[in-house]
Amino acid sequence: MVTTACWEHFPHQADIGVRGLGATLEQAFEQAALALTAVIADPADVAPREMIRLSCAAPDVELLLVDWLNLLIYEMATRNMLFSRFEVHLEGERLTAQVWGEALDAARHRPAVEVKGATYTALKVVQQSDGSWLAQCVVDV
Amino acid sequence: MDLALFERKSEFEWHIKPFGKMRVPGVIFASEILLREMDAKVYEQVTNVAMLPGIVKASFAMPDAHWGYGFPIGGVAAFDADAGGVVSAGGVGFDISCGVRTLLTGLRIGDIEAVKVRLADALFNTIPAGMGSTGAIRLKGAEMDKMLRGGARWAVERGFGTEADLQRIEEGGCMRGADPAQVSDQAKKRQRDEMGTLGSGNHYLEIQQVTDVYAPEIAAAFGVKPGDIVVSIHCGSRGLGHQIGTEFLKRMVLAAPDYGLALPDRELACAPIASPLGQEYLGAMRAAINCALANRQILTHLTRQVFSEVLPQARLPLLYDVSHNTCKVEEHKVDGRMKKLHVHRKGATRAFGPGHPDLPYELKNAGQPVLIGGSMGTSSYILAGTEQGMQRAYGSACHGAGRAMSRHQALRNWSGRNVVDDLAGRGILIRSPSMRGVAEEAPGAYKDVSEVVDSSDHAGLARKVARVVPLICIKG
Repeated sequence: MVTTACWEHFPHQADIGVRGLGATLEQAFEQAALALTAVIADPADVAPREMIRLSCAAPDVELLLVDWLNLLIYEMATRNMLFSRFEVHLEGERLTAQVWGEALDAARHRPAVEVKGATYTALKVVQQSDGSWLAQCVVDV
Repeated sequence: MDLALFERKSEFEWHIKPFGKMRVPGVIFASEILLREMDAKVYEQVTNVAMLPGIVKASFAMPDAHWGYGFPIGGVAAFDADAGGVVSAGGVGFDISCGVRTLLTGLRIGDIEAVKVRLADALFNTIPAGMGSTGAIRLKGAEMDKMLRGGARWAVERGFGTEADLQRIEEGGCMRGADPAQVSDQAKKRQRDEMGTLGSGNHYLEIQQVTDVYAPEIAAAFGVKPGDIVVSIHCGSRGLGHQIGTEFLKRMVLAAPDYGLALPDRELACAPIASPLGQEYLGAMRAAINCALANRQILTHLTRQVFSEVLPQARLPLLYDVSHNTCKVEEHKVDGRMKKLHVHRKGATRAFGPGHPDLPYELKNAGQPVLIGGSMGTSSYILAGTEQGMQRAYGSACHGAGRAMSRHQALRNWSGRNVVDDLAGRGILIRSPSMRGVAEEAPGAYKDVSEVVDSSDHAGLARKVARVVPLICIKG
């Protein structure tokens, strides 16, 4: 069992993969969201000043992960915000979340790239042999 | 890639015989070196595409092919609606109609040396680049729909360019059949502030110098000669296209069982052309093509404004505008008969040969200009469509260098500051809001574009016309 939830990036030839690991499925989704922010900027530079509530639904957990990340990409684009703190709740096919972040400040956050969309490539949401959860996919930048 | 997987048809053409559920062969155009270095995923994706219903002739991959989403990037495939053919959101990709346009300037290298820094700074201050940057135009409601129907024609009607520009854009600058009603409110909202913005990643605006001409007659018809200064803009349909890609990918994945489609890979999400979902996607995707064309037209206008201040003697006519990620209805010869096909090009450039009806009068004999972007420190190329290419892969060619290494690896290898300093030492000015972005796009992270272009030329996909090198690069 992983004691500390964490995220990482994994390589894809043209783009980049985001991976979240956690003791629960919710934690893995939260960490995958942090990995998404880290594609753009250092999450440590993003202050959790403002909270918004989000929800989405999909017929299986893998499609739900892609929907969750795409929802965040949409909210980042239309609110011009970055997020650094996530609380995910899963109930069957439905995800509800509270996310915290702040307005994008180009000078301070120095965004490397904007993310176009989360994809079904290298998409995997699985419980590992030690009971922990892994949630990952490639995002198109 | 293991060469034993292929039957070598000629020096630059490699075939995969149909096996399993493949309906047609796979064909990769590449030199032996490029094929050897190509990701094994390309083989898997080329064969997967060959399994889709209604595919005609073959599942093709261009010399710059690499691991994509469902389709390889550099994939070309055509489908026959009458034979149950499909349209695929994955086969077009997220950045619908991402493309390149090149403007001539009438300037020579000697004209810009004295004002190079001023020109770089003025362009960087004028062209919105990078995440979160917004354009000067806010679009919503009826005006958004007009843009989605009109494309570059809409932009020209609003004063962003001239009628002559439209002749030098695929489809005359306006993709017919666009249906703004099929574009979601979310996609429109994502685009609201993004008209006339460059975006990020591999998107750029470059001031380039023509260094070599390989086909003088065609180069003359294109108006380029060694020492000329040109401007190239690489960007796409921005947030609107990304959102349409995202939404239809999911809808097509969920609807696949209803259409009896067993997808070898979810990312191959598709729907029959003749189905309501297929038609809705085509309407939305064409609207996104218009968004990309309008976007590049506005960026052209901004570029002309900068030149009018810094180098007022320059006129910037459009050489041509090509799109990389599209599905278009085109007529091609199949088994000796002309047939209407839905041609998907995912990271591949349309390359129509001489005499094609879509070409303007002045380019009729030369063929369509095919604009191939390299990485920021290296060359880009101008090619021309050929009659031979029309027979090879539906008049298609490569689209760029293609990445040789992941962003991940690039960040480990380079720092943005060092890349900028190194290029400045070679006379190339980089302006970018993000040094990390520059590191991820370091020239060394890309394949050798010359090898890709030579393979396209030797394979008969398009003819090499001229080479250009960057002087100034505005990086998103």
